Amino acid sequence: MEADITLTVDGRPRALRVDTRTTLLDALREHLDNTAPKKGCDHGQCGSCTVLLSGRRVVSCLILAAAADGAEVTTAAGLGDEAAPHPLQQAFVEHDGLQCGYCTPGQVCSAAGVLDEAAAGWPSAATPPDDLAEGSAPVLTDAEIRERMSGNLCRCGAYAGIVAAVGDAARAHAPAESGGNR
Amino acid sequence: MNPFDYHRAEDAAGAAALVADNPAAAFLAGGTNLVDRMKLGVTAPDTLVDITHLPMDEVEELPEGGLRIGANVRNSEAAAHPLVRTRYPVLSQALLSGASGQLRNAATTGGNLLQRTRCVYFQDLSTPCNKREPGSGCSALEGYQRYHAVFGASPDCVATHPSDMAVALAALDAQAVVQDAAAERRIPVSRLHRLPGEAPERDTVLAHGDLITAVELPAMPMAARARYRKIRDRASFAFALVSAAAAMELAEDGTVADARIALGGVAHKPWRARLAEEALIGAAATGHDFAAAAEAELAEARPLPGNTFKLPLVRAAITTTLGEVADGVRGRGAGPDQGEGER
Repeated sequence: MEADITLTVDGRPRALRVDTRTTLLDALREHLDNTAPKKGCDHGQCGSCTVLLSGRRVVSCLILAAAADGAEVTTAAGLGDEAAPHPLQQAFVEHDGLQCGYCTPGQVCSAAGVLDEAAAGWPSAATPPDDLAEGSAPVLTDAEIRERMSGNLCRCGAYAGIVAAVGDAARAHAPAESGGNR
Repeated sequence: MNPFDYHRAEDAAGAAALVADNPAAAFLAGGTNLVDRMKLGVTAPDTLVDITHLPMDEVEELPEGGLRIGANVRNSEAAAHPLVRTRYPVLSQALLSGASGQLRNAATTGGNLLQRTRCVYFQDLSTPCNKREPGSGCSALEGYQRYHAVFGASPDCVATHPSDMAVALAALDAQAVVQDAAAERRIPVSRLHRLPGEAPERDTVLAHGDLITAVELPAMPMAARARYRKIRDRASFAFALVSAAAAMELAEDGTVADARIALGGVAHKPWRARLAEEALIGAAATGHDFAAAAEAELAEARPLPGNTFKLPLVRAAITTTLGEVADGVRGRGAGPDQGEGER
C-alpha cells in the first residue's frame, strides 16, 4: 500500500511515492539520497537519525514518511556545508566532538534542537525543581547539556568534546539582550 | 512489518468509529512506541488512523481552575507549558524524566498513556508472553525481573506500565476524556489502566476504538509543591526502576491534612499508594511518619526473586520525595541531595 507525499527537505520541495511502511529515515536515505541522517539502532534509542521536523528534533526512524506528508525536514546537510558550516558544526570540529563521525549528523541536529528549546525557555530534567516551578529560563550548563543530549549515543565516547562544543555554540547563540537569562 | 493502510482522521468521532469497526485498526499519534512495536512484530495493524491532525493540541484553563491538556499536545510542550510548570510542576518533572528530547517532541499526551510495557519478553516474539499471546505463558516468572512488578501482579503477568507522566497524573487525580463513536466520557487516570489478573492482554479499561481526546487536571493547590523522583539504572534516558510522585498539604498545627502519592515502575498501572496516603493523614510529617507511610504501602508488596531490591527503593522514593515536598510546604528550600531523616 502506497502513499504520495511531499516533503520539503533542506529547503527543497520533494514529491515521492512511498510504501506506507517507509519511515522518514528510509525516505530520506533510500528515496531522496540524503544520507546525512544515519541508521543506527532503528528503534529510537541511539539518536543517529535525528532531524528537525517542522523545526523540532525527532528521531526519523520512528516517524512514518506518510505521517510527515507536507512537513519541512532539516538534516545535518541542510544546517550548513563545508563552505559555510553551521556554528554547531564548526564547534564540533574545534572541540573534537567526534571520532568516527557516524553519530555526528544526529548529534548536530539534536544540538540545534537543544539551542532552540533552551531559547524558548523549555526546562529539562536537570533544571532545578524550584526554577521549573517558577518558570525561570534555563541556562545551558554542562549538566543541562548532558541531560538534553542524552538521546544521542556516541560509541567512540566523544562526549567531552560534544558537551564543550554545544556549550560554546549555546553561549554564542544566547540572545545578547537576555542578560544571562536569570 | 505487515502492509497497512494509512488514513488521516478528519474528526474524533469518525476516527473512533473507523477503528471500532476494524479489530486490526489502530490509532497513530506520535508513533514512538507503536511504530517500534510494528518493527518488532509485536503489533501488526492493517490500518493506521493518524489522529495527529485533529484539533486536540491545546492546553486550556478549565472554569473551576483546572487544566485541560489535549491528547495531541506533545510531551515536550506539556512539560514546558507555563501553567503546567507553575501549577503542576510534578507533571513537568515526570514528563521531563521520561525518554529523550527527540522522543518527547514526538510523543503525545494520549499516546504516553497508552504506550505498552517494555517487558523484554513482551517485545521478543521468540518467547512466551501472555500479554502478547494470551495463554502462551509468562517468561518473566522465571526470567529477567529487574523491571517487573512488586504490586498487584498475577500468575499470568508481572509486567509494569512504563510511563512517568501517568504516575504524576494518577497523583493529581487527573481524568482521561474518552470519545467513542457516539459519546464522550471521563475516566480517572488512576483507574484507566488495569491490573493484569487473568487478562494481561488488556492494558486498560478502554474498548477498541475508544479515543483519548484530552487529560483534565482538577484544581489542586498542593499540586504547586508536589514533586517527582525517579530512580533508574542511568542518570537519563532510562525507564524507572521505581519512581514516586507526591503532594502534601499541612494543617495549621503542622500535621498532614491531605496527601497524594503514586508510584511508577512497580505495577501493571501507575500505582496510587492509598495505604501510604491514609497512614499520613493526621501524622506530624516527620521523617519517621514518612517511613511509616512507606511501610504501610509495602505491606502489600509481593516482590519476585529478581526484584526484591525494589522494596528499599520504594521506601527511599516515598520518604525522600515526601521530605522534599514537606520542606517546600514549610517554606524551606529542599536541596536535591538532602537526607531523608528528621528535619
